[in-house]
Amino acid sequence: MIVNSLRHAPDARGRFGEFGGRYVAETLMPLILELEAAYEAAKTDPEFQNELAYYLKHYVGRPSALWYAERLTRELGGAKIYFKREELNHTGAHKINNCIGQILLARRMGKTRIIAETGAGQHGVATATVCALFGLPCTIYMGAVDVERQKPNVFRMKLLGAEVVPVSSGSATLKDAMNDAMRDWVANVRDTFYLIGTVAGPHPYPAMVRDFQCIIGEEARAQLMEAEGKLPDVAIACVGGGSNAMGLFHPFLDEPSVKLIGVEAAGHGLDTEQHAASLNRGRPGVLHGNRTYLLQDADGQIIEAHSISAGLDYPGIGPEHAWLHDIGRVDYVGVTDDEALAAFQLCSRAEGIIPALETSHAIAHIMKIAGTMGKDQIILLNMSGRGDKDIFSAAKYLGAEL
Amino acid sequence: MSRIAGVFAKLRASGQAALIPFVEAYDPDRATSLALLHGMVANGADIIEIGMPFTDPMADGPTIQTAGRRGLLAGATLHGVLGLVEEFRRANNHTPIVLMGYLNPILSYGVEKFCADAAKVGVDGLIVVDLPAEEADLLLPDAGKNRLDVIRLVAPTTSDERLPLVLEGSSGFVYYVSITGITGTRTATAADLARDIPRLRAATDLPIAVGFGVRTPEQAAVVAQHADAAIVASALIETLCRENVAAVLRDVKALSDGIRNARKAAA
Repeated sequence: MIVNSLRHAPDARGRFGEFGGRYVAETLMPLILELEAAYEAAKTDPEFQNELAYYLKHYVGRPSALWYAERLTRELGGAKIYFKREELNHTGAHKINNCIGQILLARRMGKTRIIAETGAGQHGVATATVCALFGLPCTIYMGAVDVERQKPNVFRMKLLGAEVVPVSSGSATLKDAMNDAMRDWVANVRDTFYLIGTVAGPHPYPAMVRDFQCIIGEEARAQLMEAEGKLPDVAIACVGGGSNAMGLFHPFLDEPSVKLIGVEAAGHGLDTEQHAASLNRGRPGVLHGNRTYLLQDADGQIIEAHSISAGLDYPGIGPEHAWLHDIGRVDYVGVTDDEALAAFQLCSRAEGIIPALETSHAIAHIMKIAGTMGKDQIILLNMSGRGDKDIFSAAKYLGAEL
Repeated sequence: MSRIAGVFAKLRASGQAALIPFVEAYDPDRATSLALLHGMVANGADIIEIGMPFTDPMADGPTIQTAGRRGLLAGATLHGVLGLVEEFRRANNHTPIVLMGYLNPILSYGVEKFCADAAKVGVDGLIVVDLPAEEADLLLPDAGKNRLDVIRLVAPTTSDERLPLVLEGSSGFVYYVSITGITGTRTATAADLARDIPRLRAATDLPIAVGFGVRTPEQAAVVAQHADAAIVASALIETLCRENVAAVLRDVKALSDGIRNARKAAA
């Protein structure tokens, strides 16, 4: 065990420094404790781990490839750029890693109904997928605004047998979907498992989702060692709630030579009121069961986030990111809608890979830094999702008729 | 003796249960809230619970959610809510006021300052929905210093083993969330209460108030037969939306009559 490791958080109260915790109504508290106990037992049970490994290999298609993006590297004229190809997973994003883990846990706990929230629809699709796989009824809460801008994913979820409930309260996006999922859970505590899609929510969700996503960083680390014989100089990922970034970063936290960069959605700009940059422009507070950085007004009311990307359109962020931000281990930067759209197009043309608009934010930051780095240096990107779901909204922004 | 303890002691002596109606602050404006507070007292309210609007009220059903949104649109802030209590207290120094809300606005205000200011304007107790026993050390010291009761929620999911932890540091009364669900939806039956309330009585000497899903005088009467207080929220907000302040006060009077008669009938 490494002394002073950054990989031992959270503590017994589910805290990463001052962040995290379990801020939920009493009705849910016993369930959270039950979940924590069940997860702790599963974590060290070889049978559970074997089952998880089986589905990740044969159903998800792991390990995902590590791709040397040679043309993009040449185009940007600096560091070597590698993509960890999470977009090649079944359902087209990293989200399924966590869904497989949690549904196996739900089955172990004897739960017979699954609920989830979704923003871009990637987590909703992944949840609907694993529910179809195991024959469990599934209800997905999705902001009405997101239902409109992510129609292909809504259709996918329904095709997979899920009920999709449009949420029109509040800003009708991800945070409101999460509120309604929690309300459903409170009303159906005995049979229902809440399958949270990101590293947020009450403990143990942030740690559990991170653990299920760590396979991204672990595989990438080994693959890069094989390809280059060394660790990356930069590991970079987009952050909304932050699950793909946490999965990539965590296995590198104790490697001081690896610079970690999380890219927030700066929307119309960090200094406008239209962004989703909770670390760069928010302050600590409590929402959705955990203490973390939030976009909020002077009275502690939550402010609606904005991003071109539905998956980043959230006014909070996972508590472990809040802690890594405060201690300075990870740099969190902002990328605007326009910059992300430019990266979306560049990556499509240069690599033949259409990235998700979420991931495009991280690529846009690579466009800013790759040229400033040496040709012997390495940037590792988590290609967290594919952009097929985004072609309608991207076309609208780019003025194309479909 | 605190105002809350005083009210329950007096009611207990006369064999009565308390009526605790709910007002969402600033729904739809400040003047309406103030009129409701005074009018509710005149029509039989023993204690009043005031909701502090929040953008993301996760334990609340559609009725209180939209009431909170109207309150925020009317400019509700925690400062504003405390100001409302301050003004109410100028004409009423005897009816206990309990504030119900979510943690984030209180954190933003500053826990220490909020407790001090709340006590100063005459608030008697606090209910913070998303602050379970595990995190309560955040609030208990400052609330205690300012003699504010911290009223804890107990749910049907709270096990006997867990009850002592939940009740530790709680004062004023215990708020029994009588159903697993959000506010204003399902209603607990008499059989549910006959099963659940004795379980609580065995764990605490504090008065027990029942909320979530208590809507009619008949339901309030059932609650009064088992518990020490009935909390009514969503039904009154719906009346306010549909009709007006006078209609809410008519309902409060009917609820109060239901509660008073319940104990008489049982005795």
